[in-house]
Amino acid sequence: MHPLRKKRLTIVLFLVAGIAIAVGLTTYALRQNINLFYDPTQIAAGEAPVDVRIRAGGMVEAGSVVREPNSLKVIFRVTDFNESVPVEYEGILPDLFAEGQGVVAMGRLNDSGRFVADQVLAKHDENYMPPEVADSLKKDVAGQSSSAETTGSATY
Amino acid sequence: MWQWFHKLGSPKWFFGIANRLMPWLLAGGLIILAVGVVWGLAFAPKDYLQGNSYRIIFIHVPTAFLAQSVYIMMAVAAVVTLVWRMKLADVFVKAVAPVGLVLTFLALFTGAVWGKPTWGTWWIWDARLTSMLILLFLYGGVIALDRAINDEKSAARAVAVLVLVGVVNIPIIKYSVEWWNTLHQPATLKLTEKPSMSSEMLIPLLLSILGLYLLFGWLACIRMQTEILVREQRTKWVREMVMAGRN
Amino acid sequence: MAFDSFSAFLAMEGHGPYVWACYGAFVLLMATLMVWSLRRRKAAFDACRRGFEETRNTGRTAASGAQATFARVNVSQD
Repeated sequence: MHPLRKKRLTIVLFLVAGIAIAVGLTTYALRQNINLFYDPTQIAAGEAPVDVRIRAGGMVEAGSVVREPNSLKVIFRVTDFNESVPVEYEGILPDLFAEGQGVVAMGRLNDSGRFVADQVLAKHDENYMPPEVADSLKKDVAGQSSSAETTGSATY
Repeated sequence: MWQWFHKLGSPKWFFGIANRLMPWLLAGGLIILAVGVVWGLAFAPKDYLQGNSYRIIFIHVPTAFLAQSVYIMMAVAAVVTLVWRMKLADVFVKAVAPVGLVLTFLALFTGAVWGKPTWGTWWIWDARLTSMLILLFLYGGVIALDRAINDEKSAARAVAVLVLVGVVNIPIIKYSVEWWNTLHQPATLKLTEKPSMSSEMLIPLLLSILGLYLLFGWLACIRMQTEILVREQRTKWVREMVMAGRN
Repeated sequence: MAFDSFSAFLAMEGHGPYVWACYGAFVLLMATLMVWSLRRRKAAFDACRRGFEETRNTGRTAASGAQATFARVNVSQD
């Protein structure tokens, strides 16, 4: 290669590498701000600020959803299979909201450690399949219920 | 050894190759894209969780995928512009930037429309969506910068530097869903693992991606030809070709 | 076929507006981009042809006329 071109190529590579390092360090420093939500482990560890608008995300714990009969109020627990946080929400839930599904809730953590949400968004995973396949998978999992929780934590 | 490389850079040679490729790219792209989209819309089974709204994936993923690969191609062309000063590389960047802009916009738009029924919101400032919005601004910036500088050579260099600066955004888009907590789910199509999608849905999706790729090829050819015609209008070969009435 | 009827296909179990809005925007924008690119190429081609024809014509008149006008055979080709 022509020495001039070699020099130019070196400059270009240094330019890109330098910017990549700068951006990498910046995003690493800001990672807590880039994270969209706190997970239950972080909240349990006291990393999330109290009474500040934050987001909490995780999986809706199976069997934890309690709907109040005369209002739209719902109480459920959000878990990451390690810790769980009680969430209280009043309003219309997205269609995909269900036990065992991922959610991201926006709201404030109160003094008693309960998360009071004013918005609940559904989070889904990257798996797509027809209903029949999902049904047969569910049957398989029910057959070996002991492994259900471990597979659950892998897909959330 | 570098001879083929420089021949590749000849606008005249490219014009002829493009003329021969374009009918195939257009026909192949339209047919494959139509098959993929119709298959995805009407014949693929619905998703167990999202129902029919997931059918947006058959255009959301191809546009998002292309938007990123077009940027990577532009970055490679930018290196060629800066190191080898090859005109054709600069022609490519200028020709495809508007296509990349449209593809990125479509990816964001279809994503927003998909997000409403599934997540419950049109937009959220998570890392994936935000980095994709930055890609849109990068495309816009490339187009604006090119228009702002009149001198062809300085414009080419400035644009190439901007494209290269922006290329760090591509791994951020790709890995945002793994590095940070996002509302957007991780990738369905993976480079090394099996895709997490049933084959009845996967095949139309892959067809749509391939079809859109070919269609992009056609758009790139025709737009590069236009740019070459404008730049080389005083040369002998353009004169001969135009006067011969060949298109 | 994943749907029982054409109306079911359009409705998509309530998700129709979302799905069709996406496909509509996609077809509209891609078609516009393609037509615009085709037209631009044709315009560039025609501009070149016009430029060359003018050069040829003016070139002829210049050649048959006075030599002094030769310097003005510079044609805008935009």
